[in-house]
Amino acid sequence: MKKNIFTKLVSGASAAVLVAGALVGCSNTEAATSTEETATEQAAVEEATTETASTTEEKAGNYRTLDEIKESGVINIGVFSDKSPFGYVDENGEYQGYDVYLAERIGEDLGVEINYVSTEAASRIEYLQTGKVDIILANFTVTEERAEEVDFALPYMNVALGVVSHDDNVVTSLDDLTADDEVIVISGTTAETYLEKNYPDIKLQKYDAYAEAKTAFENRNGIAWANDNTEVIAFSIENEGYEVGIPSLGSADTIAPAVTKGNETLLSWLNEELVTLGQENFFHADYEATLLDTYGADYEDTLVVENTELP
Amino acid sequence: MQLMGIELLFKGTNFLRMLNGLWVAVRISLISVVLSIGLGLVVGALMTMQNKIIKAVMRVYLEIVRIMPQMVLLFIVYFGTTRVFGINIEAEVSAIIVFTFWGTAEMGDLVRGALISIPKHQYESSEALGLGKLQTYRYVILPQTLRRLIPLSINLITRMIKTTSLVMMIGIVEVLKVTQQIIEANRRTSPDAAFGMFATVFMMYFIVCWPISLLSKHLEKRWSDR
Repeated sequence: MKKNIFTKLVSGASAAVLVAGALVGCSNTEAATSTEETATEQAAVEEATTETASTTEEKAGNYRTLDEIKESGVINIGVFSDKSPFGYVDENGEYQGYDVYLAERIGEDLGVEINYVSTEAASRIEYLQTGKVDIILANFTVTEERAEEVDFALPYMNVALGVVSHDDNVVTSLDDLTADDEVIVISGTTAETYLEKNYPDIKLQKYDAYAEAKTAFENRNGIAWANDNTEVIAFSIENEGYEVGIPSLGSADTIAPAVTKGNETLLSWLNEELVTLGQENFFHADYEATLLDTYGADYEDTLVVENTELP
Repeated sequence: MQLMGIELLFKGTNFLRMLNGLWVAVRISLISVVLSIGLGLVVGALMTMQNKIIKAVMRVYLEIVRIMPQMVLLFIVYFGTTRVFGINIEAEVSAIIVFTFWGTAEMGDLVRGALISIPKHQYESSEALGLGKLQTYRYVILPQTLRRLIPLSINLITRMIKTTSLVMMIGIVEVLKVTQQIIEANRRTSPDAAFGMFATVFMMYFIVCWPISLLSKHLEKRWSDR
């Protein structure tokens, strides 16, 4: 509340500055007075700004504790709104998907309403650091760099690389490839980095866009296609004649809920919640409700993580 | 395939959602445009002043707006103010602040250009006729300035309407974001939906921007007769 008034004051003051400048703008003799006035007004604004800054310092950080969330009755959860089947909006304007299924349960167990915030991949950390959302559930892969900026709870999904090939010549191990075999990758993906580092002898065919890589693979320009395993699995299910020979390759990463750095109360509640959910096999039910159509039943245990104990 | 995604418009409340999204975009841009025109006239007048300090300040302001991508400005106002000052500005208000900040500078520059294009003898003749400073502006300079401004500002206004698509980065769901949501939600059942859906968005932007063009033509014609 207090902040809103401040915002209004600042905008009011700056408007006054401009208007004051305008009124006397026509005459030069009066302009001098106007400059002075402007200076005074600006000083006032600066003063007000410093005041707010000092009040913020007294506060612990840019986040709401568990009790504050419960008290307000609303939790802000950042999700994707256009990444089917993880977070998307259906034809009736309702949020759906694997991440949203979990969000719904969190809201239910906290006993609060959920305010979904549509986030983009690039702004997820920013949203948490400014406390504009309480939790991010937007297919957020846990990495060391990100863990320095935000706090991750226990994981609820696995991601790794996968390799898909034509079903008449399935590649089940990268060690079986001969010197002539080329593997298709999309530039800038983790698949490219991983293969270059760990299999420097394999010839890579690099494409900039998904569609190009897809066409090249369909036309057998390469023997196999390496990408995120969720992508290759979905591809083999949507298209006839392909098989994922290697469903999980390289260092397995996980996807986890994230909260603002230092928000201990919310983080520990989330971890306990995830363990409770693990005991009832919640994420298997989540998978069956949201991901089954895209990934099929075969990969349920590869992709889903159920937590059994606290970190 | 044959429908290229048009059928998605009639699924559930999709079309209504797109119209809602369009309204969000139009609301943000209209408020910003009105504020920009008002403040732009003032800033434009300031830009023509001889005072060195004011000139320098205006120069810096204009350069900042020209150099900074609108997206960066959005992030600064929406996230930056919270980080630095702890002020929580709502997403839509942030968008309006950024678009007004940008529009005012560009509008101001247009006003400045229009003002200095008014020949000096117009001022001198007014003075000779015994008009005061304010009267000169009110009856001689402003009407001519406005007429020169219209085609230029229509350009700016339509550009502002189209740039509102950036506000999805700070979580505002406007028409383009709704469209992406619809395309993505139906990726498996209608993989070719993108063309039809984006064509619809094109029509929507057109329907919003076209009347503005018409209005400008009408005004230009009406005012040139006087």
